[in-house]
Amino acid sequence: MSIFLSIIKKESLHLVRDPRTVLIVLCMPVILLLLFGFAISTEVNNMDVGIVTDSHTQEVRDIISRISCNPYFTLKGMMTQQEIEPALRDGVVDAVLVLRESSGQLEHQVVADASNPNNAQIYASYLEGAMSGNAQEPAVGTTLYNPQLKSSYNFVPGIMGMIFILICAMMTSVSIVREKESGTMNLLLVSPIKPRTIILGKLIPYFILSLLILALMLAFSYTLLGIPFSVTALNTVWVSVLYIVMSLAIGLLISTVSKTQFTALVISGVLCIFPVTMLSGMLFPVSNMPVILQWISCAVPARWYIDAMRTLMIQQLDIMYVIDDVVILAAITVFVIVAAILRFSRNK
Amino acid sequence: MNEKPVIEVRGLTKCFGSFTAVDNISFDVSKGEIFGFLGANGAGKTTAMKMLCGLSFPTSGTGSVAGFDINTEPEQIKRHIGYMSQKFSLYETMTVDENLRLFASIYGIPAKEARLRMDRLYRQLGMESMRRSLVRSIPTGWKQKLAFSAATIHNPAVVFLDEPTGGVDPLTRRKFWELIYRSASEGTTLFVTTHYLDEAEYCNRVSIMVDGRIEALDSPAALKARYGAETMDEVFRKVAVAKDTDKNQQGY
Repeated sequence: MSIFLSIIKKESLHLVRDPRTVLIVLCMPVILLLLFGFAISTEVNNMDVGIVTDSHTQEVRDIISRISCNPYFTLKGMMTQQEIEPALRDGVVDAVLVLRESSGQLEHQVVADASNPNNAQIYASYLEGAMSGNAQEPAVGTTLYNPQLKSSYNFVPGIMGMIFILICAMMTSVSIVREKESGTMNLLLVSPIKPRTIILGKLIPYFILSLLILALMLAFSYTLLGIPFSVTALNTVWVSVLYIVMSLAIGLLISTVSKTQFTALVISGVLCIFPVTMLSGMLFPVSNMPVILQWISCAVPARWYIDAMRTLMIQQLDIMYVIDDVVILAAITVFVIVAAILRFSRNK
Repeated sequence: MNEKPVIEVRGLTKCFGSFTAVDNISFDVSKGEIFGFLGANGAGKTTAMKMLCGLSFPTSGTGSVAGFDINTEPEQIKRHIGYMSQKFSLYETMTVDENLRLFASIYGIPAKEARLRMDRLYRQLGMESMRRSLVRSIPTGWKQKLAFSAATIHNPAVVFLDEPTGGVDPLTRRKFWELIYRSASEGTTLFVTTHYLDEAEYCNRVSIMVDGRIEALDSPAALKARYGAETMDEVFRKVAVAKDTDKNQQGY
């Protein structure tokens, strides 16, 4: 037991004596969260609207007043049919709402600048939404769980999925390979310590560091980013801990296949960053991918983690709703741990 | 009188696939002996040493180190040996104290006993003022002494030194060998690999490995006499080169 503790202490000393790394590791998640949460945002806040209409009924006046007091819109004024195109082209307005009376019914049309197709869709749905207060128009659509379509809601699970695998896999693999490089690993191996004690002693400080990061990220998400807090937060923690354990195991596996710290860094970089950002559904929905990529994405643990996090954090559903994600994550974790142990003890 | 050898090796062989790294070697090393283990790079020294340290199992052959079988009791062997390698193998970001305490605890020495031993070591080596310095900040010569101290803090029966003096100036090497002698006079067996053939002169007996086999094994004086050489350097060249010409003749 005391051997185990002194290995943990040794590893913690390495960490503490390297405050720059610790600082980077602790600041990176926070900066990413703030960046994606506030600065980089796919939601449309200031939308310039023009209105074209030939009828002047009470109904039209209602719609105009609704739009003018909605904080998401900036009403640029009324215009004529001929002014629509030049206004869109010059960027004076982002979209134009055309209201026309036809046989007693009010008809509407949205003309939007689709040079950015995502934004154009959002313009249209915003305007539809503004119209839907109209008694004659039924509600067009409702967005549950994230009614304001805040992008920070969407990014928090993704960033968590990326940060843990990056930090855990990279730091553990580099720290183990560093010992191989410096020759201290041999020293430990010829000592009576069991290999599993060495490995566990190395993993635990990074596990604790990861928990610290998790606490930090959750604290930020629930306060600054305004993700609603409820009892499901506890489930968020459990699933994240499982994901952290898996990431540590991946780091261990990488360390068994790399001879130098540089290799370990490159492998964990390539293996972790690309699949996590591209194939996990963090940025691009998995269901929109070509089938072959969808299949590949099944092997990306972050996909399951991010999916579970969205359900747990944003929808605030019970853990039973993400049980499939959790089971798959657990299976991948066991697989990686077994592979890592086999590889580690094979070079006898 | 006739004490059992501390290291006893019979027909030790290690193959990697079709390549035989260590080919049927046998030797004894007795208590308190300084045993030089020489050989060119790739001659199989490291592989042989790994088997003796309990890090890998022989393909065939038997042996015992400190009274424990290398095939069946590697864990016991690890408890009774010390190991030091060419890279000073200490944690650079830890202090002198922290390093020694780590190794003391790894070998199961109680904290109180460890403190006593460390105090004695610092006094012997004159390192008291450095105990709180980070290892990376102390001079190479001191690091080496420290690494040796760490490897022997549990008073092992055998200490394996794997090219302990690589990249060190002659004066520091000299001083390091004084440490080795002191240790041997206290009854520790030292098993040393080295590239410096002047160092081979300091050993009680020397073995020279060529292509996985031990080609020569005797005291430095006897070897020099047998090969009619002035220095160990010459002996080594004669043993290794003779073998090389043999091989070339067979090859063509």
